[in-house]
Amino acid sequence: MVIYGVALLSFCMLVGMYLGDMLGSLIGVQANVGGVGIAMLLLIVLANVKRKGFQIGAVTEKGIHFWSAMYIPIVVAMAAKQNVIAALSSGWVAIVAGVAAVVISFGFIPVLDRMHIGKEHDS
Amino acid sequence: MILDALMNVLVQNALITAFVFVGVLVWLSYAISNKLTKGHIHGSAIAITLGLILAYIGGSVTGGDQGIADFSVLAGVGIMGGAMFRDFAIVATAFGARLSALKSAGVIGAASVVIGVVLSFVVGAVVAISFGYDDPVSISTIGAGAATYIVGPVTGTALGADTDVIALSVAAGLTKSVLVMVGTPFIAHRVGLNSPHSALIYGGLMGTTSGVAGGLAATDPKLVPYGAMTATFYTGVGCLLAPSALFLIVRALV
Repeated sequence: MVIYGVALLSFCMLVGMYLGDMLGSLIGVQANVGGVGIAMLLLIVLANVKRKGFQIGAVTEKGIHFWSAMYIPIVVAMAAKQNVIAALSSGWVAIVAGVAAVVISFGFIPVLDRMHIGKEHDS
Repeated sequence: MILDALMNVLVQNALITAFVFVGVLVWLSYAISNKLTKGHIHGSAIAITLGLILAYIGGSVTGGDQGIADFSVLAGVGIMGGAMFRDFAIVATAFGARLSALKSAGVIGAASVVIGVVLSFVVGAVVAISFGYDDPVSISTIGAGAATYIVGPVTGTALGADTDVIALSVAAGLTKSVLVMVGTPFIAHRVGLNSPHSALIYGGLMGTTSGVAGGLAATDPKLVPYGAMTATFYTGVGCLLAPSALFLIVRALV
């Protein structure tokens, strides 16, 4: 049933968020550390479990694929609710700092990518 | 009377109204992409840019901080585009990600997150100094804001920065996230952002979850889980490093 997929996805997210919050308070910061990442790993691990009594069927998958397909529209909605005014009207120091951080970070992508740390051997 | 009834329906069913609104926006964007740019600029890149422009208009008309969602009719856009649904959809994209590519995320992922936080902090701090800020607390807060718009206020609050400096740090983080959303598809091929491996690095270096989510959506949605995986650790690491080690270094140097 479709709800199984949605429920599994929701379960993964809640577990991830909980562990992310715990990790945050463990290292003493007021932020969720890696909650979404943990949830993603959990989902991938559960998706690859092949046991009797627990197997993700095609219909169950639909419940997950739907939300995966809703990703771009949700991101569009996210863009439409950003506080763009605050970004552009707080003065030059904020704009210059933000722009410079992005430009320099972009520049470091090829540098790190070429270092081949932990890159898959077959690629 | 007729208009009032319509408004009532739209407001009472806010999230459903948002689905229609975003659906029309996306349809319009893909039409622009196909007709005006012959597909050169991806439809989702146009949709995200249009979304940001609408957010600007919404903010300037209503004076609120929720973009277009401050119009009561479009409040549902705020729910649909809020952190809950955003994170939910990001997690869903992991279904179908290659486990082998994520397994290799360990070392390079951790390295890129730490390098990303330090890099953005240093850049932000240098900009703050060049604009005449000379106390370590303000410099560190603006530097932290260049990491993300959450790291900035968390750092500023921890260090006891002025509220206007904290506001600046939020604005720096917002500028970063908006620019990452809009800029990524244009710069992607030049920096080699085309594989799970490079997406992991990209997520770690940029760190802004909204920026990475939007940027990869407009570039190649298949890369989303890899970029999001590392980006999700960035704010936490930033909140850890900025008010502690990085602040102490700034204080020692200034």
